[in-house]
Formats: sequence, structure tokens, C-alpha cells
Amino acid sequence: MRATGSLWFAVAQRSFRRYSTYRAATLAGIFTNCVFGLIFCFVYIAVWNQNPDAGGYDRTDAITYVWLGQAMIMTVAVWNGGATDDLAARIKSGDVAVDLYRPVNLLGWYLASDLGRALFHLLTRGVAPTVFGAVIFDLRYPASTLTWVQFAVSAVLAVTVSFGVRMLVSASAFWLLDDTGIKNLAAVLAMFFSGLVVPLVLFPGWTRDLASVLPWASYLQVPADIWLGKHVGGDAWMALGFQALWTLVLLAFCHGVLQLANRKVVVQGG
Amino acid sequence: MSMIEVRDVSRSFVLRRRSGRWRRTAHTVHAVSGLSFTVEPGEMVGYIGPNGAGKSTTIKMLTGILVPTGGTLTVAGLTPYVERTQLAQRIGVVFGQRTALWWDLPLRDSYELLQRIYRIPPARYRTNMATFTELLDLAELLDTPVRQLSLGQRMRGDIAAALLHDPDVVYLDEPTIGLDVVSKSKLREFLRQTNRERGLTVILTTHDLHDIEQLCSRVMVIDHGRLVFDGDLAALHAVGGARRTLVVDLSEPTDPITIPGAETVKVEGPRQWLAFPAEASAAPLVAAVAAAHDIADLSILEPDIEDVITRIYTSTPPPG
Repeated sequence: MRATGSLWFAVAQRSFRRYSTYRAATLAGIFTNCVFGLIFCFVYIAVWNQNPDAGGYDRTDAITYVWLGQAMIMTVAVWNGGATDDLAARIKSGDVAVDLYRPVNLLGWYLASDLGRALFHLLTRGVAPTVFGAVIFDLRYPASTLTWVQFAVSAVLAVTVSFGVRMLVSASAFWLLDDTGIKNLAAVLAMFFSGLVVPLVLFPGWTRDLASVLPWASYLQVPADIWLGKHVGGDAWMALGFQALWTLVLLAFCHGVLQLANRKVVVQGG
Repeated sequence: MSMIEVRDVSRSFVLRRRSGRWRRTAHTVHAVSGLSFTVEPGEMVGYIGPNGAGKSTTIKMLTGILVPTGGTLTVAGLTPYVERTQLAQRIGVVFGQRTALWWDLPLRDSYELLQRIYRIPPARYRTNMATFTELLDLAELLDTPVRQLSLGQRMRGDIAAALLHDPDVVYLDEPTIGLDVVSKSKLREFLRQTNRERGLTVILTTHDLHDIEQLCSRVMVIDHGRLVFDGDLAALHAVGGARRTLVVDLSEPTDPITIPGAETVKVEGPRQWLAFPAEASAAPLVAAVAAAHDIADLSILEPDIEDVITRIYTSTPPPG
């Protein structure tokens, strides 16, 4: 067990380092996040000037939500990307054969690798634009240490849920060979249902109820609501439980799919 | 106990081909059929055959990432596709056209990850790293990201990666592909030494027959999924009907020379190529040519393994 833990840690650490080598791309990305954050802020300000408590958010909540959204885009990899894209590429090229003969769990490997990547993106693409937003606007911050901790847990769970979704998308390449179509579809669904463009709290009627039980709600809406203090006390634990449940369901599903993929490759020789 | 035992192994694939707008017909392709051989510990075996003969299919079954459709096989006493995880500790694999190294990371990091994957004891890891760094000239490369390595450097890195966990058997699938002459000979020297010192069993698939001539005491030839030859190099020459070639430069162009016991295979101006059985003496042939013609120069070509292989390939009819 300890040996496996040390392997996963080593994998995550190297994944972090791997992303950190592309400095220019990181800087360009931070710049993009800042620009889009500003644009969204102006739109949201216009909306909240019309309706000062739309969706139960005040203007400060809304602006804070924008910067949290910019911070989470790359951290959870809303539009795919990250370690799961490596898997899809390796299936396409056939390099996945190398992964298969190693005495290592594929799901654990890619999860560790994606967590390392997410931490790098959180520290760069997450923190920097948020600091930029905080300089220009008044933002709201977690009210207590407990909320900070809950937000941290929620951010990790946001990554694991999105990893589960992205892994399923990538694993489809075992059957389709090219996952581009499914990836595009998944990116649109994720962008819409994560609340990245329009917060889920603004969705009308039953669409809001539906969107808030789908896995994509874990990407941004749940961590943001914890940060903003919309979930307090037992509510906050429930929200974390919701994310944890989706993590378990998706990872179990991924495990099953990889098992099938393995059978397909090994038995049918695909 | 043999290191590898393959008994009557076959593998077929079902392919579905579109035969109409909606209809698809399935047909079966036999990649490997009725394959049997054993490899003893410490042997270095060349496994050759034309493209699509079933080499990679065999290697995949020996690593456990492909299940045979018939027959039995064991490697180091384990059934590969059943005990793949245990087997992984005992085998090393180099796919010449793929890499087991991590593209964006310094070479050193790949080895550190492999140490954890294979749970190599630290002391063992340090000695192996020291040995391979020296023998494969890796010292300068350890801090270079793999994507910046040349093909030859990367291949050396990959070979070390495959041997780091002290496997009993290593499968090398085209390890010298794309390498220059110097890199090839260095790599061969390393393999020879490792085989000798560690008693490593090596299965080598290649299209470069010099690899085989210089490394392998035993050759297996596969064609159309069947083993068409299994034996040493001398036997391979005998089976292939090896011939030597006398090349004569005459003083002037003439018609093809006809001499019993030899066949004129090529004429190019005043130069002619006469093939004769490898075991026959060249002296009477030279004398016979000299008697009838004015010879300016001559040389004798030893049998080429490539020719021998070509003969074996072309003499085996496709099954069915």
C-alpha cells in the first residue's frame, strides 16, 4: 500500500513538473483568463444592476463567481485536456500497449497524473487571475477557516468528478479510435452545465433543479457556493457529499469501462 | 525448465468488412497458427519474418496483452494473459517504434517512476543504474527531456528502461530500427554483454539480418503465421540452399558463361556473377572460367543471409 502511495505521489509530482515547463503558454493563458474575467464582469454587472439579487446572488457574489469560474476552467479542465487527453492520444497511436503490460493500475495512474496537473493549473491559472480580479473589484472571501478547508476539499472533488467524466470520454477511443466528436460534445455540455457561462442559480425552474444534480454542477457551482457562504453548516457537508458521490460513481464506471476495454484489446485483439 | 514454452499456439482475428450499404461480413484472419517452440534460459533467439507474418502477434501473446485463440504458452512458468502482473516483473519489452519513456520529462524521471512501478529495491536500482549509465553512455542524457533525445539516444534509454527491474526475458522488437552503424554496433555489444553476464534470455525480432548474424545463435523464421524454420545459422544456410558467388571481370564483354555446376545469375558489361553451391570449392570453377576466357580480376561473395531468408520466404506457399 505504501509503495503504491509513493508511486502515485511520484506520478503527480512529475505531472506537475511537466506542465510547469511550458512557461510562455502559462503566462499567455493567465492573460486570457484575466481578459475573459473582465468581459464577464461587465456583463454580470449589467445583469445585476437590473436585478440586484438575481438567483440569490448580490453584485459582489456575482463578480466573485466570475473570478472563481476563471480559476476553475483550467483546474477542472472544463473543455477536456489534461491527463485524460494523453490516454486518448495513446490509444490512437497504439502506445497504450506499453501502459497495458506494466504492473500498474491505469485508472490510478491517470488520476494521479491529472491531480498533479490540476494543482499546477490551480496555482497558476487559478490564483493569478483571481488576484488580478481582487485588485480591480471587491470580492467576497470565505468567512471562516472551516469554509476555506471545505472549499479546498470541494475543489479537489471538482477535479476528481471532471476527471471521471473526461476519462470516460477518452476511453471511448478504445472503441471509436478517435474521440474528437464525443470530446466536442462533452466540452459543450460541460461548459453549459457547469455554470461557466451562466451560473446554475440563474437557470429557470426545473432546468435549475436538473442542472444542480448533474455531475457538472461539481465543477464550479458547488465550490463557488461554498466559497460564497451559500452552503453553511450541514448544507456544506451535503454539498461535499454530493461531489464525493459523483466521484465514486464515475470512478467505478471508469473502472468498469477500462476493464471492458482491456478485455476488448486483450481478447479480441482490437 | 524452459524459459518460454509455446505449444500449438494460434491466434485468429475476426474482421468485419462492409460488403454492401448496411451489410458487413465477418471473415477470420489467422495471424498465427500451430506455433510451437521452446526457449531455454540464456538463449538469444532471432525471430524473423516478413511484415504481417505474425511476429508482433507472437510477442503480444508472450507479454500477456493478447490472449491466444488456441494452444498453451508459458513464460518463466507463468501463463502470460492470466498472470500478466506477476509476469511483468519477469519480462522487459522494447518496442522499437514506441517508447516506454515519458516524453516531456528528463530521462532520469522515467527511471525513477519505473523504480516505483516495479518496486525495485533501492540498492539494486542504484547498481543497475550505474551499470547501464556506463555501458549505454547515458550520463550526459539523464537530465535531458526525452523529446529532445535523438533516436539512437532514446533507444539506449529504452533498453535501460526495459532491463532496470532485472527481467529474466527481454523481447526486443526492432531495437536497431533507424539507427546508424555506430549506434547499432554499440547496442549489439551491450546486448551481447548483458546476455553473457546476466544470463538474460533475449527474443529479438528484426528486419536487420546483421543483428541476427552478430547476436543470435538460433533463428526462428515465421511466415504466414507458421514457423518455417527453427535452428542455428549454419542450418539456416543449408535449408535456404546457400550459394556462394564468383564475380569475374573479363577483359571484354562476352555472352553469359556456361559452366556445369555454376549458374550465371547476372551480367553487367565485362563483369559476370556465377552462383555455385556454398559447400563446393571455388578452385575448379575459377580454373574452368580461366581456361575459356581472359580474366582481369575476380572475387568471391560469401552467402548472404538475406538471400537465404528470401529463399525461405518465397519457397513456403501461403496456407489454404
